[in-house]
Amino acid sequence: MTSEPDSTMTPPSLKSKSPFRLISNFLYRHSCLATGFLLLLPVLWLVVVYLGSLGTMMIQSFYTYDHNTTQVLAEFSLDAYKEAFTDPILSPPNKDVIKRTVRMAGAVTIAAAIVAFPLAYYMARYAGPKMKGALYLGVMLPLWSSYLVRVYSWKLILAKDGVMTWFLSKLGLMPVLDWLLGIEGIGGKSLSTSYIGVFLVFLYVWLPYMVLPINAALERVPKSLTEASSDLGARPWYTFLRVILPLSFPGVVAGSIFTFSLTLGDYIIPNVIGTSSYFLGTLVNVERGTLGNWPLASVLTVVPVVIMMVYLSVAKRLGAFDAL
Amino acid sequence: MTDNNSRQVAVRFADVARRFGTVQAVDHVSLDIYDGEFFSLLGPSGSGKTTCLRMIAGFESPSSGSIQLYGEEVSKMPPYERDVNTVFQDYALFPHMNVQKNIAYGLMVKRVSRKEREQRVNEILDMVQLTTLGKRKPSQLSGGQRQRVALARALVNHPRVLLLDEPLGALDLKLRQQMQIELKAIQQRVGITFIYVTHDQEEALTMSDRLAVFNHGKIEQVGAPAEVYERPATSFVASFVGVSNFVEAGLAQKLTGEAKPFTLRPEKIRLSTPETPTPADCFGLNGTIRDVIYLGMYTRYLVDTEAGIDLTVVVQNLESTSSEVFAARKRPVKVIWQKAHNRVVEE
Repeated sequence: MTSEPDSTMTPPSLKSKSPFRLISNFLYRHSCLATGFLLLLPVLWLVVVYLGSLGTMMIQSFYTYDHNTTQVLAEFSLDAYKEAFTDPILSPPNKDVIKRTVRMAGAVTIAAAIVAFPLAYYMARYAGPKMKGALYLGVMLPLWSSYLVRVYSWKLILAKDGVMTWFLSKLGLMPVLDWLLGIEGIGGKSLSTSYIGVFLVFLYVWLPYMVLPINAALERVPKSLTEASSDLGARPWYTFLRVILPLSFPGVVAGSIFTFSLTLGDYIIPNVIGTSSYFLGTLVNVERGTLGNWPLASVLTVVPVVIMMVYLSVAKRLGAFDAL
Repeated sequence: MTDNNSRQVAVRFADVARRFGTVQAVDHVSLDIYDGEFFSLLGPSGSGKTTCLRMIAGFESPSSGSIQLYGEEVSKMPPYERDVNTVFQDYALFPHMNVQKNIAYGLMVKRVSRKEREQRVNEILDMVQLTTLGKRKPSQLSGGQRQRVALARALVNHPRVLLLDEPLGALDLKLRQQMQIELKAIQQRVGITFIYVTHDQEEALTMSDRLAVFNHGKIEQVGAPAEVYERPATSFVASFVGVSNFVEAGLAQKLTGEAKPFTLRPEKIRLSTPETPTPADCFGLNGTIRDVIYLGMYTRYLVDTEAGIDLTVVVQNLESTSSEVFAARKRPVKVIWQKAHNRVVEE
């Protein structure tokens, strides 16, 4: 029970011993219980649903797939791992897919960081309140419409006689496009059937996930630090390299975690845009859906998880999280 | 460049104005600050003193007028080309660098050799008494230590002018008083021109060789601390620097025969019994003590005089105790002060 030290100061409505008030008082005094209630739903979601399914997937990667009967047997074996990585006949295409996907994710991440940083910097440093609002809206707006719709519209934009080709020809840049499409390995017949197209669409789709964390990190760098740097004789470029970049780097890493992992796992964009070559996501989809090879699909899903773990530990060692 | 006193001018403001939108932050200021001086810009917040400092540093440029550093026009020059360093109000230490790297930053930029860098950083660390803390990050330091690092980071570059933007504002009173003395000692040792922005009149009086009192973007008075305190040019200066009684023109005429407003320092007034005769060179007014504020070292009396002038009188608690001074409430008294202590001011 609480005692009111000065009852004349308390409005009558607050003095009533309503059950809500009693619960509030009880929770206020037992803060462990209060935090327990707060965390109940997130813990249920993360532990049971998220980690549970992740664990199930890990276990399934050790099951055995019978290629003759296309049955999955709940017998422990490393067959799926062998098929993915060491088998001289079965593994090379899988390894190619992993390499291709990691390269794409890397390229998308680097490009997204390069495109997003100036925008995030402008938003954090120079934009007035109205401009800032407009830019936030502009960055978020694409997320309001369906992902599928956006990917299919990009297919049209990038098609051989699509808007992009028309626009480039108006600018007289067709030779550049032809040269790009002629490059061995990333080119193709048109933008929408080349890796360049896949790259462009990935870049477009994940850009907000890079802009927002970088912006948040830059907002936290006090303006006086840039002033101090220039006061000590540093030109803008030096200030950028020695002060702004190191202090906002955690934001770049946070953004790159999004763009990198989302690219690693995506199976829609490579399906709609690009060549018929598989990416990790599309391959998992085929192994699981068409062939029913759950163990191999699980192994191929463990791959991005491991890659991300390596990625994060390297980032940590490079000091990306020191300024957090 | 020399002036009448044949001293070199370190910083010259010539008719400098700075506007932010519709706000006239600095309103046509002209000012000379001499080489080797400890000069304070004193004023309430929003009076334009910080904007002036930021224009010397190069973070703001004047809307009109010219700023010269040792005779060189700098109003269009970026901060990194000026031989000036700043100690920031929030210290602005780089959080990802340790103390040594923070201090060495300016030397790194100027490509000073590693050997000389280390030597100069160690020297300056000794000077600000942080010898053992070189490897710490700013977040591991106390407020006073951060303040010293900020000072060291600026001084290590041997700038011609050091700008200090309310650097002691965040420290507690004891530490602030200690740092005031230390700052002054360091300034005398290194001989660099210090330009010090503060809203604390006591700080400005303690440390400065000269000071400028700012109000509404204009300078009200420039002078040595004693001069500004004893002979305030305006009623604003009189009230902002120390405490003053202000007597407006109408009431002043009744007393002095002249319709000119004057100010009067409360410590110049004596409290006497009502029957005390007024000496010839003094003014004397009968009145009643309205209130008594006991402040430990001294007591402040608010006196309503019959002439309609309300005066604050400060009396040191030489022999009186708190119960004695409180008993003075409502007591009839006579206030007496020498005529010479009236300071006629502009309204």
